Amino acid sequence: MAGKSSKVIDTSGVLVEANVQLVDYLIIAPILIPIIFGAILLMMRRSDEWTKSGVNLSAYVACFGIALMTLASFALLLRVNAQGPITMTMGRWLPPFGISFSVDKLGALLTFVGSFVALMGAIYSTADAKVIDRRFGFYPFLLLMMAGVSGAFLTGDIFNLYVWFEVLLISSFGLIVLGSEKKQLDGTMKYAFLNLVATTMFLIATGYLYGLLGTLNMADIAMKLQNYDGDGPVRTIAVLYIAAFSMKAAAFPLNFWLPASYHTPRIVVSALFAGLLTKVGIYSLLRVAVMLFSFEREFLSIGIAWLAGATMLVGVLGALAQNDIRRILGYLVISGIGTMLAGIYVATVPGLSGVIVYTVHSMLTMTALYLVAGMIGKISGSFDLREVGGLYAVSPMLSAVFFVLCLAIAGLPLTSGFWGKFILVKATLEVEGAQWLALIILVSGFLTTIAIFRIWIFAFWRGGPSGTPDGKENYQNNILDDKYKLTASLVIGVLTGAILLIGFMPEWLLSYSADAAQSLLFPNDYIESVFGKEAL
Amino acid sequence: MNTLIFRTFAPFITGLMVVFSIFILLRGHNEPGGGFIGGLIAASAFAIYGIANGVPPVRRAIYFHPHSIAGFGLLLAALAGIPSMVAGVPYLTALWTYPVIGNVEVALSTPLFFDIGVYLVVVGAITGIALSLEERHRG
Repeated sequence: MAGKSSKVIDTSGVLVEANVQLVDYLIIAPILIPIIFGAILLMMRRSDEWTKSGVNLSAYVACFGIALMTLASFALLLRVNAQGPITMTMGRWLPPFGISFSVDKLGALLTFVGSFVALMGAIYSTADAKVIDRRFGFYPFLLLMMAGVSGAFLTGDIFNLYVWFEVLLISSFGLIVLGSEKKQLDGTMKYAFLNLVATTMFLIATGYLYGLLGTLNMADIAMKLQNYDGDGPVRTIAVLYIAAFSMKAAAFPLNFWLPASYHTPRIVVSALFAGLLTKVGIYSLLRVAVMLFSFEREFLSIGIAWLAGATMLVGVLGALAQNDIRRILGYLVISGIGTMLAGIYVATVPGLSGVIVYTVHSMLTMTALYLVAGMIGKISGSFDLREVGGLYAVSPMLSAVFFVLCLAIAGLPLTSGFWGKFILVKATLEVEGAQWLALIILVSGFLTTIAIFRIWIFAFWRGGPSGTPDGKENYQNNILDDKYKLTASLVIGVLTGAILLIGFMPEWLLSYSADAAQSLLFPNDYIESVFGKEAL
Repeated sequence: MNTLIFRTFAPFITGLMVVFSIFILLRGHNEPGGGFIGGLIAASAFAIYGIANGVPPVRRAIYFHPHSIAGFGLLLAALAGIPSMVAGVPYLTALWTYPVIGNVEVALSTPLFFDIGVYLVVVGAITGIALSLEERHRG
């Protein structure tokens, strides 16, 4: 529209005519809230100088922001659960030209769990983040990273997905280098380089796809690919996408950046990275490889199966070989990614719902495990298995919680991990000729049990570090200050509670994720939410 | 670059460039220009001032920390989409109003505020980078 009010332009057939309800703003609320709070926090980096007592104001603002975001995404989850996929197209331009944000059950669930995990991380950081971290922008980076994460989960446009990847990557660079120690710079280099390569591949694939189909809207792509014949270029694009996203998810053979970098930053940063970032890669694989390129599955599937098996084994064998607790956990993240890939290979409704359950479980469990590792590190002053020990005597409660988390990551009953693995193994066994993959899931679960209980035995069960006589009196542990102890216990307790809750009452999550898997495989209602009924 | 001529002229050039950048920002909706390019011009103005007179005078002159300017710009850009919520249209839909202020019709719109936000983000981010590079350069 030009500057003169007298000029009238006919906009029919260009703009979305339907009115937008206030409640539809829930679609972008989980993105908008962290952006707004991130911007505010950027302006108050030095807020501890504003008052004489040096109150940690920015931490509280950040927690409040992420809490709001969690509430908004929970409301969104309820709405999507009741109504099915919903779409809002930015700036009122008609899709596929306007950028759509389409939320289906998968996106809504992961956004909610992601912001919940981030809330726990933010609360933990109130007691843990140092003044210098706050000055260098820990909280603005955290909030902007969350905007990127939920943006990736909620967008319905593949180029926009790339943009959110960039947003979360750049913020995560800031978070991982916070502190600027030598080994952090080293870890950041590997992390940044591999991720930038993956992002570039993603961009190239998107360029090809646009050249081929002339659209970037995911619903539109799904429709056009259904009627597209001639599969050469489509296969190239699908392989490029899968390579890019598996790199981001740290799948074999491009998994080495993860254990090389995740142990270097602050423990809360590692926890959030392990909980959130690789899962964005898995989510994108689900969205692109399953929903968009579904008919290419026969061609691609055997590759994904090998990828899954190798990732599981490499991850867990790497975990067995390590002595640093954080590195063990890093390798277990990779092994979990392999398990999720196995479900993507199966790509039936039970298989995909197993992936979704396992993703939710992995987000909660990995974050909790890293935070417990942080507590172990604080108490014993080291993350090396050879130098820790006797923590059972220091805190029986922490040992109990860690025990539950061990069961969860190993996929043993009573916990959320059991259900994810159970459904996945069952779904894999149903596929003709994929029994070997089910066997690998079980074997890697068994090896995970050994790897994680090594930490349990070394850090908690035995009397003390090697070279000291047994018994609590013989060696010194750091005494935690009360505020840290309270905050960390609260956060880890809530996360463990959530894991146990899913373990005991999985019905809601299982039926929800089955619905989500159904709408991934048959995205008709997703397309309908963007283009209306006539399009189908 | 520490010549007398440059040091004498730098403040004038800087002032001129900042005014020009605002001009570019405002004409941006209908003609070439806009927040991004305007912000770049303003950031180079501050960089010139920094090269001529050193970083501390620039920091004093812009008063706020560059990162805070960028943060405010981001906030402004994000909030520019909120009026759409009241109007019952999707986020970031352009809304226009034409108040007459003293016989002059002024076109006000939400894209204008979005663009000012972009301008401030670019000014803040690029100035922040330029100033810290300049500081390091001087040791």
